Amino acid sequence: MTAHPATTRPRKLSGRQLAIPGRYLAALLVVGVTLVPIAFVVLGGFRTNAQLNADPTGLPHPWVLGNYRTILGSSLFWRLMGNSALIAVTATVLTCGLGAMAGYALARYRFRGREGVYTLFSAGLLFPLGVASLPVYLLLRQLNLLESWFGVALAEAAFGLPVTIVILRPFMAAIPAELEDAAAVDGCTRLGFLWRIMLPLARPALVTVAVLAFLGSWNAYQLPMLVFNDQSHFTLPLGVATFQSQYSQDTASILAYTALSMLPALGFFVFAERRIVGGMAGAVKG
Amino acid sequence: MSTVEEERATPARSAEPPRKRPVRRRTSTRTRAELTLLLGPALALFSLFVLVSIAAALYYSFFEWNGFGPPSKLVGFANYRKALADPVFQGAIRHNVVFALLSVAVQLPLTVALALLLNGRMRGRAVLRLIAFTPYVLSEAITAVAWLVMLQPGGAVDQGLRSVGLDGLVHQWLADQNLVLYTLFVVSTWKYLGFGIILFLAGLQGVPTELREAAALDGASAWQTTTKVVLPLLGPTIRIWIFLSVIGSLQLFELVWIMTLGGPAGSSATMATYVIDRGFRRYQFGYGSAVAVVLFVVCFAFALAYQRFALRRDTDGALTGRVD
Repeated sequence: MTAHPATTRPRKLSGRQLAIPGRYLAALLVVGVTLVPIAFVVLGGFRTNAQLNADPTGLPHPWVLGNYRTILGSSLFWRLMGNSALIAVTATVLTCGLGAMAGYALARYRFRGREGVYTLFSAGLLFPLGVASLPVYLLLRQLNLLESWFGVALAEAAFGLPVTIVILRPFMAAIPAELEDAAAVDGCTRLGFLWRIMLPLARPALVTVAVLAFLGSWNAYQLPMLVFNDQSHFTLPLGVATFQSQYSQDTASILAYTALSMLPALGFFVFAERRIVGGMAGAVKG
Repeated sequence: MSTVEEERATPARSAEPPRKRPVRRRTSTRTRAELTLLLGPALALFSLFVLVSIAAALYYSFFEWNGFGPPSKLVGFANYRKALADPVFQGAIRHNVVFALLSVAVQLPLTVALALLLNGRMRGRAVLRLIAFTPYVLSEAITAVAWLVMLQPGGAVDQGLRSVGLDGLVHQWLADQNLVLYTLFVVSTWKYLGFGIILFLAGLQGVPTELREAAALDGASAWQTTTKVVLPLLGPTIRIWIFLSVIGSLQLFELVWIMTLGGPAGSSATMATYVIDRGFRRYQFGYGSAVAVVLFVVCFAFALAYQRFALRRDTDGALTGRVD
């Protein structure tokens, strides 16, 4: 995703000169359309309801810190953030761990039914959690896992396995067999090879699938909504939506709450941007 | 996985010349144990949640069941008949289809056009990429709540329109039955536009600059170069984008649920909101399961058909790829 090498010869190409201002105009448009709603939310959190009612699009005047302070001081908000983090980390570790083991078996072992097992996993791509949430809810109820963060993490991990295995298997299959042979000569078992050599080599792919799994779980709404009834078990997306419906008159607080809920995902994104963007494009291209 | 090939082949192989790989003196039992250890947990988790839950939904769908006690009142296909005859569900299917068509007809050209404009050297390209991608990273819940506030009557969107003299455009964005679906479409465009742009910018990296230069040297105009050279080469990216976009449109749930609950009067209901509304909120778990099965079948049928007819040459089997 780096820029092209500088081989442009703009002089010969009429119409190309026009492309440059067009490019900046398009960039400005994209940036503006993207940022205005986000800025509205963040700035709105610094205003009072009176200010918001009088002039919805104005700037804070004066700046009010109370909305943010109240939410940051609420233990429930931090609790929800903790719940979200716990579920997302657990789901990510499970998906990546089990997915890497299965991907390794499917990439480096020969056994009857291997392609069948792989097809089974990849067919799971067609059943995202979004279409299966009611059946999964009924299953969790059967297993006595309603109101359980672990139940949600398990379900999210299970539905995350297909994409993880579909990304990891070709990656692991591409590691040269000579490496495995050399390791075997040195007395490394196949499981040892997975742990000592394969996993370190597969790190880029692992980071990609981990980022996908984490983001998917962190942003999930539908299944947590069905499973959690007790507010203290909620995840952050549930909290945002519930806060909005509970305090629908208190727009300023809703905006502050929403802005604060954006922060973790935004921070994570800035931190892992290359992986996320590369991973999405890569995952999509198969 | 009960049979391991090595095991059966060992006696015959021992007479053969050594294979390329050093022969491991592992017993078949050991390989089998390793495979069980490696594949077992993933298969168990996947089977339990994905396969069992789908099978259970299929089973429940033949019952009238309020979720209390085991399902006992078998009704055959009555739930399916009832769903397909319900005008609200018919409307929901129609809304999903309209959403899918709109994304292909409106979002796709917009995304490709912006990506083409943005392709090339530019100051601040990295920052642009970062910003464009931001909405995709935010949860649908956050997106929905933010837009819900902005779209309130007399809210930020209305005032923004008035301040530039477009008073005539001010509408009941979420309360007008004829408009609400399009409003939701605009919000979803906001959320997914950047993702598409990034995808196409990545795809454009695969179009060699030399090709465009050659076309230009042969006298092709910028327009001709774009339509005749660049767009065909973007084919795989376009086809993948359409796939993701249609599947996403068919599964549309969170934006709608949080912003309108499928209302007013079912005018923005989708298949997924219908499932949750009937199954979960009204305790019609048998009926809800039947609708969920219909949703599976629709997504599955589209995915298979698309895979078969459109994606075949691109992915060469994301579903069937073999590794040796």
